Amino acid sequence: MDLEQLLPLLLGLAWLLPLASFAAIVFFGPRMGHGGRGAGYAAIGAIGASAVLSIVALAAWLIAHPLGGEHGPAHPVEAIAGDWYPLAVFGQLKITIGYYIDGLTVAMFAMVSVVALCIHVYSLGYMHEELHEVTDPLVTLSNGQTLKRRGRFHRFFQYLSLFCFSMLGLVVAGNAAMVFVFWELVGICSYLLIGFYIERKSASNAANKAFIVNRVGDFGMIIGLMALFSGLGTFSFDEVFQQVRPAGHGPAAHAHALTVPDGMVRAAARERIAEIYRASPDARQAETAIGERLPAWRGEGLGYGLLVVAGLGIFCGCVGKSAQFPLHVWLPDAMEGPTPVSALIHAATMVAAGVYLVGRFYPVFTLEVLLVIAIVGCLTLLIAATIALTATDIKRVLAYSTVSQLGYMMLALGVGGWVAGLFHLFTHAFFKALLFLGSGSVIHATGTNEMPRMGGLLRKMPWTAGTMLVGCLAISGAGIPFVIGLSGYYSKDGILAQLYSFAGQNPPYAWLFYAAAGGAALTAFYMFRLWFMTFLGPPRDDHVHAHAHESPRVMVVPLVVLAVFAVIAGWNVPWTALGLQPLLEQARPLGTAEGASHGRFLPTLTMPAEHLAHAPEIHVPVTLIAFSVALAGFLLAGAIYWWRMLDADAICRTFWPVHDFLRNKWWFDELYQFLFVRPVLGCAALAAAIDRAVIDGLAHALAGAVRLLSRFDDWIDRLLVDGAVNATANVAYEAGLRLREVQTGRVRHYVMWVAAGTVGLFVLVMFLWSYTLAGP
Amino acid sequence: MNPLAEPVTLTHYLVVGAILFVCGVVCMTAKRNAIGVLMGIELVLNGANLNFVAFGSEYLRSGSTESIGLDGQLMALFVIVLAAAEAAMALAIALCFYNAHATVDVDQANELKR
Repeated sequence: MDLEQLLPLLLGLAWLLPLASFAAIVFFGPRMGHGGRGAGYAAIGAIGASAVLSIVALAAWLIAHPLGGEHGPAHPVEAIAGDWYPLAVFGQLKITIGYYIDGLTVAMFAMVSVVALCIHVYSLGYMHEELHEVTDPLVTLSNGQTLKRRGRFHRFFQYLSLFCFSMLGLVVAGNAAMVFVFWELVGICSYLLIGFYIERKSASNAANKAFIVNRVGDFGMIIGLMALFSGLGTFSFDEVFQQVRPAGHGPAAHAHALTVPDGMVRAAARERIAEIYRASPDARQAETAIGERLPAWRGEGLGYGLLVVAGLGIFCGCVGKSAQFPLHVWLPDAMEGPTPVSALIHAATMVAAGVYLVGRFYPVFTLEVLLVIAIVGCLTLLIAATIALTATDIKRVLAYSTVSQLGYMMLALGVGGWVAGLFHLFTHAFFKALLFLGSGSVIHATGTNEMPRMGGLLRKMPWTAGTMLVGCLAISGAGIPFVIGLSGYYSKDGILAQLYSFAGQNPPYAWLFYAAAGGAALTAFYMFRLWFMTFLGPPRDDHVHAHAHESPRVMVVPLVVLAVFAVIAGWNVPWTALGLQPLLEQARPLGTAEGASHGRFLPTLTMPAEHLAHAPEIHVPVTLIAFSVALAGFLLAGAIYWWRMLDADAICRTFWPVHDFLRNKWWFDELYQFLFVRPVLGCAALAAAIDRAVIDGLAHALAGAVRLLSRFDDWIDRLLVDGAVNATANVAYEAGLRLREVQTGRVRHYVMWVAAGTVGLFVLVMFLWSYTLAGP
Repeated sequence: MNPLAEPVTLTHYLVVGAILFVCGVVCMTAKRNAIGVLMGIELVLNGANLNFVAFGSEYLRSGSTESIGLDGQLMALFVIVLAAAEAAMALAIALCFYNAHATVDVDQANELKR
């Protein structure tokens, strides 16, 4: 079987298996055996099989397309695109269940399914309390008691399976319409899992917030998709990329250059087209004339704006899903969900889907859109990193760290670092999932999220502490410069190198590099602050410390597996070019390798080609800068929280305005509360008042009128209709009463009457019978 | 004219039938005894029956070509059957009534009135 048939089969199976497990748990959930654990085993089995299939697919891909050198293969690798099942055709619009498989797809498949497998196994231990009846101490009922409810173990795994199905579908999707469907499906899974403890007010609020904030982004995404469809007439990735990046002629550098597609030019020039049609006698001649003028119109820049709108719209959806500024507010609140969910959905996979989609749609983005992406990413990474400095909830620190790292990815993609951004996506997925699971292990052991109540847990939980240390080192980009490092060392250096190269070519945007480098220092600081506060120092809360214990093996093993990945994900297989980075290099979309310049609205901006960033004059200083800023962050954290040379409280008091500002998360929630939530609630209250006063009033008045009318009708009914009926009945009754006298009940009387009547009749006949009537 | 010397004609039969009929009606009206009433009924039926037979007889219709064939006899037979059935039923009712009330006075049979 050749690759074109094998891969869709493998990935399609890997994609549908979690759906099967979801369906099974929906129908048989609590009855699946082992006291309810069966649901978990089913979900693990499905995702495990998916992981195996994905790895087989990855291997098949690598065998068929061996990885080239550092700078990509000599021949571009074609993606495998096609349809599994056509759903419907509406004129030009074709809706299909399709696939678009390239190196990025198979790599994402393997990453998502492996991380999901680890988290599934971990959840088996973490969620064990849900097997029995649960008492939720955080929910107080109106009668003053705490809530008691049935366990929801099977439901948790049911949602996880649905999520895996949706996420894999999003990755394999072959067209933008399908992407949108799965985009919303992962959104609903996220909503359901954030609100897993639905009885807690904070959880249901957080779920609503996540869902509503994502709607804002998705609205933009719909606009973008519509702009794309109206210009290109297709949703299929394959056709979109062919139209936006036509093969073209000329030197290799200009082949696959970004071209405004004909449809968009025509849409922008529709008035001129109408004029040509009016002037020319028949349609064919008009089309010829239009065809001749199209290149000139394209030269004038017609339709370019539409391409920008399409790009910005799609990015808008990614802003919502990947929690970028200004829609980043939902992700920290999403930590109300169970910790494995935070690890899987809100760190490793779903929030990275936004970055993935930016990477997938990369050929469509113009220079202007890329700059917007870069600036948004940069703002996000700075804002989130600063907020993470003062957060005390262990999961919130990680959440803001996730937002910040997603900002890094966006920033990298925005300055032309396609491989760097997506490489960071992969490494981040491993070490952030690891960190979240570690924090879950800590929360499981201590029963609190607050770091100020922890401390000194190193002895109690050595495995958790060790694996989390690996995670902290990885996210900080630790390594021996130029020799070897953890996965984050490679990916973060890649991003910084691309930024440095970008800043060198565009001095006005050099601040992007400084911000990212500063962000690296902040990253190291808050991650080690977290680790020191949790595991070192004297126990701050004796009760918590006494209660703490190492988690069961089912939770520790996934931690170790993920720690291994967090270390090695950046490495190539020794003495070969087999690794994640070369794979992504090979998967890079056509026409994006050479950099770009001369945007219509930003003529001076230049995106440097990514391979330029590997040059020593960029690579060496960037590695040193990255290493030193991370070290600085680490040392500062150590000075405050480990060696206690500086007093954290004193620093907070000295810089209290800054501390307050960060503690309150830049007042974003308050700002949005003031700008959006209050006005909306006000509008709602106004509408409610109008509803009550006007519409209800109208309805009540109408009801009153109807009542009056019916009372009148009732009166008529009683008086006239009933009167007539009763009168008839009375007459009949009276007549019966009178005639009753005749009925004596004596046979003899009757016979007499009969005889008398007969005689009477004869008499009458005799007197009155006319012979003329009777005939002759 | 001597009625006894006159030949017997249809009219004689009709007169006898009428007398029987009136006797029956009077008997039905006057008697309080249920058996008496029944006998009156029999008389009425037989009075009517006599008319049928008389009208149906060919001998009594000299000079007339009109014939109703055997219709009269047929009706008479039918009435006899009817009378027999009626007598059987009525006697049974009377017996039952007697069992219940120890009398056959029809004026006592007035329970439905109450």
